[in-house]
Amino acid sequence: MALLEVEDIRASYGLIEALHGVSLEVEAGEVVTMIGSNGAGKSTVLRSISGLTPARQGAIRFDGEEITHLTPMEIVGRGISHVPEGRRCFPRMTVRENLELGAFLRRDDSSAEMDHVFDLFPRLAERQSQAAGTMSGGEQQMLAIGRAMMARPRLLLMDEPSMGIAPILVERIYETIEQISQEGTTILLVEQNAHYGLGVAARGYVIETGRIILSGEAATIGEDPKVREAYLGA
Amino acid sequence: MSAALGKIKGFDQRFLVIAAILFAILLPFFFDRGSSFMDDAVLALAYVVMALGLNVIVGFAGLLDLGYVAFFAIGAYTMGWLGSTFYSQANGGEGVHLLVTGAAANLPGIHVNFLLVLVGAIILTTIAGVIIGLPTLRLRGDYIAIVTLAFGEIIGQVAANGDQVRIGGIWDKTLGALPLIPDLGSEATLTRGKLGISPVDKIDLPFVDPFTSLDIRSWYFVALGLVLIVLFVNVRLRDSRLGRAWVALREDEVAAISMGIPTVKTKLMAYGTGAALGGMSGAFLGSYLNTVNASQFEFIFSIFILAMVILGGLGSVWGVVIGAILLSFVNSWLIPDVLNGLPGQLGLDFDLTQVSFAIFGFILVIVMILRPEGLIPERSRKQEMHGIGTGDRAGAGSDVELGEAR
Repeated sequence: MALLEVEDIRASYGLIEALHGVSLEVEAGEVVTMIGSNGAGKSTVLRSISGLTPARQGAIRFDGEEITHLTPMEIVGRGISHVPEGRRCFPRMTVRENLELGAFLRRDDSSAEMDHVFDLFPRLAERQSQAAGTMSGGEQQMLAIGRAMMARPRLLLMDEPSMGIAPILVERIYETIEQISQEGTTILLVEQNAHYGLGVAARGYVIETGRIILSGEAATIGEDPKVREAYLGA
Repeated sequence: MSAALGKIKGFDQRFLVIAAILFAILLPFFFDRGSSFMDDAVLALAYVVMALGLNVIVGFAGLLDLGYVAFFAIGAYTMGWLGSTFYSQANGGEGVHLLVTGAAANLPGIHVNFLLVLVGAIILTTIAGVIIGLPTLRLRGDYIAIVTLAFGEIIGQVAANGDQVRIGGIWDKTLGALPLIPDLGSEATLTRGKLGISPVDKIDLPFVDPFTSLDIRSWYFVALGLVLIVLFVNVRLRDSRLGRAWVALREDEVAAISMGIPTVKTKLMAYGTGAALGGMSGAFLGSYLNTVNASQFEFIFSIFILAMVILGGLGSVWGVVIGAILLSFVNSWLIPDVLNGLPGQLGLDFDLTQVSFAIFGFILVIVMILRPEGLIPERSRKQEMHGIGTGDRAGAGSDVELGEAR
């Protein structure tokens, strides 16, 4: 049984259906990447899993239990953290305050997680009392990932961690994603940048206008001529 | 968070707070018990309580509320209903008396001890706060302002026309028929419209001489007590887990939801708490002003309290206290007593009191130009007003997305 099972979900914004039946699976310990262009429905898949845009039909199971209709709070409580599209750090709070909010649902002491996040991203440790809104895009992305890690998730959902970030920082962030994975956290990633997204993953899915059109080993997907043409610029 | 105040010119914050409280306690002994200064001071303290209540909703949680007067009205009517001869037919004309002494104990109508009225006002306004909160949960920004504005107007209109609403008959057949709950008599109405419920029972506390309109000092100390309680509540809330959840929701609702912050509960807590504080102040003012009438509950009052919060600094507890005291004294002393004749001396044919709300508007405009973050800003507001914006938020959700978020 996979850690996360998404079965034929449909989700809409108002009257417009964005997902027309999407299914996917993520095994415990895996890194899975979903690639697709703008508006394909990548973010909606993640938002459905984390309860921000609940699926209208279909089922989402985490660790064998159905979570389709749970509130975002309950879903975070079960161990799924969402690094939202566009980072969405709390701009006028300090780095430290942002991280503390990541552990909002945890009543125990979270200082060990804080230290861990500072180990993953030493840059954040240097800037812990700086207002998040004054940092660069890459630093804010680090903060958004760190904030999600504060909840000690079993599954980390990441929405385009490379978006709008200097290439050198993208490399740095992807190194850290690999490290997080090696430490045992399962990761579901969506990316437009197929090079980085598939590079870090074992398996991948390609989504187009709300449907999965291709799935398999990340390397195989990277070799697919259509994918190469559409997403790898080859 | 306390750093915001701690930074004031190197003074230790705790010292400042204790000094201010001591000053407030000693102040009345330098003025005559019945002086108009004491009258102004009591009003100022009552407004501080209201402004701190509104600050929870607007300042902490970032929900613009333009109908705060509704909670003043509900608190004041609780006092009017439970502490006057208004329901003179209640209990078959014998009246209801609960822990009251002095003159009120022998009058017809319902007379309940002030402390119990206070509890009743808190309960009623909290419920009202949650009711107004519910329809705003799916809204944001300006739309919340419109709904709350309408709510304030509805309560104001109900107050004004409540003298036509005979609740007595239906009350006696339903709730009044239950044991322990008095009947009201078939003539009983909801309010007394613009005529107002008057007189209202004076505050009646154990071990203290009965309150009178001539000795304002005792009223002052009750109001100061309310302020201290509400200040304590405000500071504790601000630094609590709930307080951080409010700030997170204010800064970025979607991110806050992703962190597992329960939006519904968190927002309703803000409305409920803010409303309860307004209700406390309303019950106090109902008794102190000795009348509960519909003309007290107009839209402009909501703006008056909101202006105090903005002047002091949205979300800043101490700023709001100062904003409320300043605007209250401008309203009840500076304009009517000091500058009122000014237009006349300049050969103009009006009194300054006629344009007092234009003056408040002017003060707000000046504040917006010179110090948009308020007199004593909360730290994050200061950053907001001085260009530390929302940063790089490429791809932040569209309105459709936001509307879907629970």
